[in-house]
Amino acid sequence: MKFEKNLKNVLLVLFATLALTACSTGKKGQLSGDVYTGKETVKYLASGVPDRVFFATNKSTLTTASRATLRKQATFLRKNKNLNVTIEGHADERGTREYNLALGERRANAARDYLMTYGISGKRISVISYGKEKPVNTASTPLAWSQNRRSVTVKVN
Amino acid sequence: MKKLLFLFIIILQPTFAYGLIQVDITRGNLDPLPIAVSPLHVDANSKNFKDIKVNKLGDKISEIIEKNFKATGLFNPLQKDSFVQKPDIAHLKPRFEDWRLIKAQALVTGKILVKDDKLKVEFRLWDLTASKEMIALAFTTTPTNWRRVAHIISDKIYERLTGEEGYFDTRIIYVSETGPKDKRVKKLAIMDQDGANTKYLTLGNELVLTPRFNPANQLVTYLSYFRNLPRVYLLDIETGIQEVVGNFPGMTFAPRFSPDGKKIIMSFAKDGNSDIYTMDIESRIVERITDHSAIDTSPSYSPDGKYICFNSDRSGLQQIYVMKSDGSDVKRITFGKGLYGTPVWSPRGDLIAFTKVRKGRFYIGVMRVDGSGERLLTENFYQEAPSWSPNGRVLVFYRETKSGPQGKGFTAKLWSIDITGYNERKIATETDASDPSWSSLLSK
Repeated sequence: MKFEKNLKNVLLVLFATLALTACSTGKKGQLSGDVYTGKETVKYLASGVPDRVFFATNKSTLTTASRATLRKQATFLRKNKNLNVTIEGHADERGTREYNLALGERRANAARDYLMTYGISGKRISVISYGKEKPVNTASTPLAWSQNRRSVTVKVN
Repeated sequence: MKKLLFLFIIILQPTFAYGLIQVDITRGNLDPLPIAVSPLHVDANSKNFKDIKVNKLGDKISEIIEKNFKATGLFNPLQKDSFVQKPDIAHLKPRFEDWRLIKAQALVTGKILVKDDKLKVEFRLWDLTASKEMIALAFTTTPTNWRRVAHIISDKIYERLTGEEGYFDTRIIYVSETGPKDKRVKKLAIMDQDGANTKYLTLGNELVLTPRFNPANQLVTYLSYFRNLPRVYLLDIETGIQEVVGNFPGMTFAPRFSPDGKKIIMSFAKDGNSDIYTMDIESRIVERITDHSAIDTSPSYSPDGKYICFNSDRSGLQQIYVMKSDGSDVKRITFGKGLYGTPVWSPRGDLIAFTKVRKGRFYIGVMRVDGSGERLLTENFYQEAPSWSPNGRVLVFYRETKSGPQGKGFTAKLWSIDITGYNERKIATETDASDPSWSSLLSK
């Protein structure tokens, strides 16, 4: 009887957890809030080093996952001392063009600043904002927009 | 831009009568004024000029005038097949009672003569209700300017009937867009206000955005990604000469001219923070106007040059602010629900046009310069970047459609709307189009 009740509780908790997970990951399990967490558009600077991080609407705050990605980039850049990069900042199509240019610039710099706190010289990292001019996913859906709100680290040499 | 000799030579018997017909443009006009635009009579001594055939010119000019009037929503140009008098006879003295029969309230008549490489134009506006001549004007220009002749006649008539300056002899500069959504080719393009005479000013090799006219019209300021360095440029339309504005160590964007055309105001982004700067075009002196850790962008001067409205997210989200032109006395003016961007001060000084984003919908609106009296004129999936007609009565903006997978169904088009909220119209462009900027009157 007691065992059964415990099992029931465990199941309830498990169910609740699943429900919560479903909510927070959203559509296709690729969104957390409105930040993209999937891998669909991601390219790699080297094996295990993703080239991009994603942002919430109108935000340039780095998420826990973004910081983990940038730390991998920092490690990679420390190992490849002669490599310089450009960080491209992008916005989705749901904002006015001029504000989005500024927002892209702020996102790219958020990534650059984080790399610099991990010892990468600012001289090795240039930034450029493209605002909403270069979407990776051209659909008009929340998922596409989340994939487009990004900063991408690109090798220059 | 072609320089033209514009000689207003005679004002034929001006009549200043009171109590004549008037068109009220301060509200949506549901009862447009019926107007008959007679084809301009072509003088028999006229000779073809280059590829311009004189025998059709009178008809063509009257058609452009009709199209201009129709687009205002204030006038209803009547069908020509109901016209009751020949152009030359009507121009001398219309039989008012006959024209009244077809329910016309105003009549435009005129004649042209193309001779010795010159186009001589004469036109009259008649009040059919009062049986009186309202304007009579004559001028001479080069025959290649015949479309502008039609626009100038339209402006004079609009002015006489509404009491406001016209906006037909103007041009719109915009960004022409072609190709798929993720590989858009963008070029600067310029056209007459009615969509004619499109010319491309850049080749599409680099991304260009947000062109804006200066008040004197020969210069345009815009953002170019030339050599992948986003910087504000200055372009002389007449000579085609382009130069980068200032020597900034980072992205400059969102440029506009000061009302006297002497300065460019723009944003400069440094270390992720965008602030507003000005540069004097002649002396190259740069001044910093805002100094805030938030994004400050989309600046636009009041027509007297004393104030600047701009977009900032210093409150946490995009809102519109007004400050003195030296950067002091910053005041937030938008407190409504939603985000506000792209403020543009009206050339009349009384209103600020803006883009508003609320619950995933985009609005173009106007409000008084203290933020009161907000009126949303149009709602859509995506639209932004209003630009004022020189008389402050009409806004042109661009609208994008929602796209399916792989960007299918995506379009960007120019639209215009009266500040009354009436008369929304798509402006025909050769390609997709965005970022329009309306010039001031060319023949002022």
